[in-house]
Amino acid sequence: MRHIISVLLENESGSLSRVAGLFSARSFNIESLSVAPSEDLSASRMTIVTSGDDAVIEQIIKQLDKLVDVIKVSEITSNEHIEREIAFVKINDKDINEKTMSEFSKNEFLKLHKTKKNEIIIECVDSPKKINDFIKSVKKIAVKIVRSGAVGINSN
Amino acid sequence: MKQDTDNKRKKYTGAEIFVKCLEAEGVKLVFGYPGGAVLHIYDELHKQDKVSHILVRHEQGAVHAAEGYAKSSNIPGVVLVTSGPGATNAITGIADAYMDSVPIVVFTGQVRTALIGNDAFQEVDTVGITRPCVKHNFMITNVEDMADTIKKAFYVATTGRPGPVVVDIPKDITEKLCEFNYPENISMRSYNPDIKVSDESVDMAVKKILSSKKPVIYAGGGVINSNASENLIQLAKYLNFPVTNTLMGLGCYPGTDEQFIQMLGMHGSYEANMAMHDCDLLIAVGARFDDRITGRLDKFSPDATIVHIDIDPSSISKNIKAHIPIIGDVKNVLEKLSEKIIRKKEKPQNIDKWWNQINEWRKKDSFKYSQGDKIIKPQYVVDRLYELTKGDAYITSDVGQHQMWTAQLYKFNKPRRWINSGGLGTMGFGLPSAMGTQFANPGSLVCCVTGEASIQMCIQELSTCLQYSLPIKIINLNNRYMGMVRQWQEFFYEGRYAMSYMDALPDFVKLAESYGHIGHKIEKPSDVDGAIIDAINQKDRLVFLDFITDQNENVFPMIASGEAHNKMILS
Ligand SMILES: Cc1ncc(C[n+]2csc(CCOP(=O)(O)OP(=O)(O)O)c2C)c(N)n1
Repeated sequence: MRHIISVLLENESGSLSRVAGLFSARSFNIESLSVAPSEDLSASRMTIVTSGDDAVIEQIIKQLDKLVDVIKVSEITSNEHIEREIAFVKINDKDINEKTMSEFSKNEFLKLHKTKKNEIIIECVDSPKKINDFIKSVKKIAVKIVRSGAVGINSN
Repeated sequence: MKQDTDNKRKKYTGAEIFVKCLEAEGVKLVFGYPGGAVLHIYDELHKQDKVSHILVRHEQGAVHAAEGYAKSSNIPGVVLVTSGPGATNAITGIADAYMDSVPIVVFTGQVRTALIGNDAFQEVDTVGITRPCVKHNFMITNVEDMADTIKKAFYVATTGRPGPVVVDIPKDITEKLCEFNYPENISMRSYNPDIKVSDESVDMAVKKILSSKKPVIYAGGGVINSNASENLIQLAKYLNFPVTNTLMGLGCYPGTDEQFIQMLGMHGSYEANMAMHDCDLLIAVGARFDDRITGRLDKFSPDATIVHIDIDPSSISKNIKAHIPIIGDVKNVLEKLSEKIIRKKEKPQNIDKWWNQINEWRKKDSFKYSQGDKIIKPQYVVDRLYELTKGDAYITSDVGQHQMWTAQLYKFNKPRRWINSGGLGTMGFGLPSAMGTQFANPGSLVCCVTGEASIQMCIQELSTCLQYSLPIKIINLNNRYMGMVRQWQEFFYEGRYAMSYMDALPDFVKLAESYGHIGHKIEKPSDVDGAIIDAINQKDRLVFLDFITDQNENVFPMIASGEAHNKMILS
């Protein structure tokens, strides 16, 4: 099962490697991990997308909680939540036809950027699931794919 | 008044502040080894007499000594080493303390902040390489943070589930100036060791306890760490429940008590492992279901309701699913259980039938051995040591067969008397941990039971023992083999004894003598008692007893790694 775990941790040097080290030392999966400042200047919020059965997820949460730098751990996928990811997909403009191009430009979740080298960068902000679908649809022509990993928040 | 404010404004160097912090923290002893990065600190230590420094001969020895000190006294152990190799030499000890939840604070020197990351002389990323084996670590990058960080280090090391904390101090920080102010209290929003025990889980446990017909209490090192031995004894006695101990828990329940069914696990007693397998209620108290305890997971206590009491939530349901988890300090939880059982005069089930069964199992006498009149059996030495010390010595051990025989045969009646490396299984632990134990318990009898392979891993500490007149008794069970390795090779590798024979051994008697101690070699069973008595009578000398023991002896019972509890090899 896929889970998103949100971790609020002290903004100290080394905090990130404590979390990353924990995942590798205990062979937990990481699908994606992102860190950025939070509402509190002295704390960062880390979003980890991971997978595992209930026992594994329970251990991940407990082990994260045990880290002395960690202020709060929450599993957000088990309740109502919103999740988003950003992806950039670069393609050569010769690989895309007019029709698809106009479909893309009408899609509210996509933004198109042109480069000087006749390339198009498609910016896509959506749920990771939708992003997966989108990426599947353009995979054949994609020159480069850059994804941020998901962030999420509970909405109940 | 004016002087007071002057005093407050007075500025000290980081090194002075460091020493003042230790003093304020009540630290009496530091185990360490000097080097470039910590010379300012050593200079300050030299100028005062409140905090003593014990010079070891290898940094691993310093950490094990600090562990022995902490384990035997419940006072945190303190270590000071230099950067680079000083820190890397300390790692084994730090990892050992992490596995066995020992409260120690290790201060490591570091290169100047301006040089960090430059591959400077004697630079290693100490915070990075110790991260996976510490409870927490810090690097002090401002002298203003020194006092707070040191306070935090002791707070984190000693509260909750104890563990090692490393504090890395760059050299320039020890020369910068700052006012000194040691905080009286400290709180950290991201670390709260005070756990409120859930009444609901306690009530659920009480119900199971009162209805169980085949209960077992499985008690580990957490009982000792939480100083809950008395509480455990009181509750177990009231309920008349059998108690087994883990390797780390020995002494938390009296080894001579009739309800004690001995150690459990890979080399545990027949009765303990059978009871674990057949019980209907397993009360795990401050124990963590390690693989040497559980054996095969899917065959572990198949019919039991499992109550797991532990301060560390991550220990619960890590290996074995707990039906009733009770998170909290073991002492608090046991007090709550007692309140609801003993104070209310609740009546447990009659478990005579269960006791009859256990007593049947006991008849196997699974730790038995037979001592002839020619070759000394290693078990016999431990047995005699127990009798002749009246079970009242502090015993440290190294790792191997001798460790298991000591755990099986020396009956510990008090907590903090059995000092060994359980989780990491570190050969070399025995002698330096005996030093720490002796420092913490001057005047008490401290014995180190070891093997001829293990003792050589920290043998240099014999020099430290002389310098500080530590009258430790070394009981070397010399079977000319890495016995435990040889045993596995006999059982699982058809007797191919790859690299387990200890060739080219030193003459331990001469070796002890050259370090300034007394050494004896004992080859006959009839000489065992005399040698031990003589050694004990040497009140102020270290005595090295080299017992030449049976090479072919194996530790039984044995549950092969990954087997079920009722699949013990008995002989
Ligand atoms: C540092 C370290 N290296 C290797 C081992 C693996 N090991 C476990 S027991 C053992 C043999 C110990 O031999 P000895 O000290 O003579 O004790 P005995 O088993 O003979 O009683 C070894 C090599 C270990 N536990 N620790």
